[in-house]
Amino acid sequence: MLLIRLAIRNAFRHRLRSFLTILGVMVAILAFGLLRTVIDAWYAGVEASSANRLVTRSSVSLMFSLPMAYKDKIRAVPGVTLVCQGNWFGGIYIDEKNFFANFAYEPQTLLDLYPEYVLDDPAQRSDFLRDRKGCLVGAKLAKRFGWKVGDNITLRGTIFPGDWVMTVRAIYRGARSGTDESQLFFHWAYLDETMRVNYPSRAGQVGFYMVGINDPNKAAEISRAVDAQFANSLAETLTETEKAFQMSFVSMSEAIILAIRLVSFVVVLIILAVSANTMAMSARERTGEYAVLKTLGFSARTVALLIAGEALVISLTGAGLGLVLILPCAEAFGTLMTDFFPVFAVSRETIMYGVVAGLAVGILSGIYPAIYAARVRIAVALRKVG
Amino acid sequence: MTIPETLIEIRGLAKSYQRGGQVIPVLTDISFDIARGEFLALMGPSGSGKSTLLNCLAGIDRADAGQIVVNGQDITLLDETELAEWRSRSVGFIFQFYNLIPVLTALENVELPLLLTNLTRRERREHAESALAAVGLDDRMDHYPAQLSGGQQQRVAIARAIVTDPDILVADEPTGDLDRVSAEDILNLLDRLSSEMGKTIIMVTHDPRAAQQAHVLRNLDKGELSRVADPAGH
Ligand SMILES: Nc1ncnc2c1ncn2[C@@H]1O[C@H](COP(=O)(O)OP(=O)(O)O)[C@@H](O)[C@H]1O
Ligand SMILES: [Mg+2]
Repeated sequence: MLLIRLAIRNAFRHRLRSFLTILGVMVAILAFGLLRTVIDAWYAGVEASSANRLVTRSSVSLMFSLPMAYKDKIRAVPGVTLVCQGNWFGGIYIDEKNFFANFAYEPQTLLDLYPEYVLDDPAQRSDFLRDRKGCLVGAKLAKRFGWKVGDNITLRGTIFPGDWVMTVRAIYRGARSGTDESQLFFHWAYLDETMRVNYPSRAGQVGFYMVGINDPNKAAEISRAVDAQFANSLAETLTETEKAFQMSFVSMSEAIILAIRLVSFVVVLIILAVSANTMAMSARERTGEYAVLKTLGFSARTVALLIAGEALVISLTGAGLGLVLILPCAEAFGTLMTDFFPVFAVSRETIMYGVVAGLAVGILSGIYPAIYAARVRIAVALRKVG
Repeated sequence: MTIPETLIEIRGLAKSYQRGGQVIPVLTDISFDIARGEFLALMGPSGSGKSTLLNCLAGIDRADAGQIVVNGQDITLLDETELAEWRSRSVGFIFQFYNLIPVLTALENVELPLLLTNLTRRERREHAESALAAVGLDDRMDHYPAQLSGGQQQRVAIARAIVTDPDILVADEPTGDLDRVSAEDILNLLDRLSSEMGKTIIMVTHDPRAAQQAHVLRNLDKGELSRVADPAGH
């Protein structure tokens, strides 16, 4: 329709001004989306956790280990289906800046507990289980260092001294987009046997136990039952859901997350102020034209909608471009930040919020000019033109 | 000689402005009739209230007192919406500075008032094309205002004013911004609209040559309206 055409042409009347406003909205929506994705990435571990898994660790601190003997006692607690001992290994591959998470786990129960680590080739699965010096790596990690099945790699121990040679036996991919594909797992037995030879006093020590349960609704009850086993012992335990465990890492940085969240809204607020100012400027310049439209018989509402539509055209164009760019930008950013954020994916919600933010900027920046245009008094406005 | 039918009756029209707490009367008790088909020229010194009077007659400004009866209907009693509707049906506007929408082509500018009718898209286009043809601009339909001369822009504005086929045309100094040749062009066009299409035309002007074209000449000074002897040839 002619009026819609008019709104669109008005929107691009001052090329430079419209271009800059659109650019501003685009950058704002892009920043808004990326910041939200950063926050999502922070919570990726929490999101990926399973309600079927508990973590048992020393009640003092994660730095303290638990005796190997706890494994059978935990296994005997009603509701527990699987127990897997694990240690954060903290090994370094060639250089410290090549950071990634690496753990020693009992391999069979690891695979049973984490069905989201998918091994497409059954031969790789059995190779990994059979080779005591074999390791399992995520697809993203393998790609990052160009590892292939059969490659030998050496991790330099930090917590556990020495050079640790192992062979890539299997590569897993994540069942969901939130699954962390940047981890390395090797046999707990390899760790323990080596320590037994070199540092006998540090053998048989477990960093934490991953505990599989049969009913997520009984998580609290089972956790209490596990901890009760070891109450008043030398190594008391703290058992909690995997989610709560992951959350305890995030909560350390809650203030930072809050700040990022705040910044993401401030960015949108700033662009709102900028485009509201631009629209007000445009409306004032066109006072005479609004008077002419009203003279011809167009209602105040039509004239108001005309400028509101113009504001929407500009902000939605900017928001659209921002959202088109967000996927490639997140991809590039995620590759750059892969050490910090193993999972960096733009969620559907973020896209949705981006659209909502674009709409809000359009509507809010159009309100004042729309009211102004609706109130233009013909005779007064024409006098200014004439 | 037949007595011409009265189209507009103005009775006791008054309007004043407030400026800095001071009341400035612009129109005081103006009464006169305009016949159907009349070509009226309103003259008078600058600031005498010509535009104010024209705006009241055309329903884009409100008087403080008095009646304006058009075709038996007192338009001072209409509310904003009714007045807008009346304007779109009954009045065509021609301004000194053409007041075309710069981002619309000549054809689109002329089509604009037709959006308020229930003509189809096709009919709107046909009407707009014939209005442009009537002012001799059928070869400039897709030009934007900035691509047209002042005289051509004013002709587009006239096409926009007549496209809805209103009874009344109001023109506020339509030749005020034009060179002599273009001004003559526009005056001839208005004359044709009056004589061939029977439009009632109310034109504010400074230009004595413009006044020559009119049938009736009225002079506004110090809030009072007086009729001047009929211009030559009428
Ligand atoms: N909105 C307004 N506020 C105050 N004074 C006004 C306003 N509009 C017009 N006037 C005054 O009213 C008088 C008549 O104005 P106008 O009708 O434009 O005269 P003309 O068209 O004859 O030059 C002028 O003195 C003008 O300054
Ligand atoms: Mg005037």
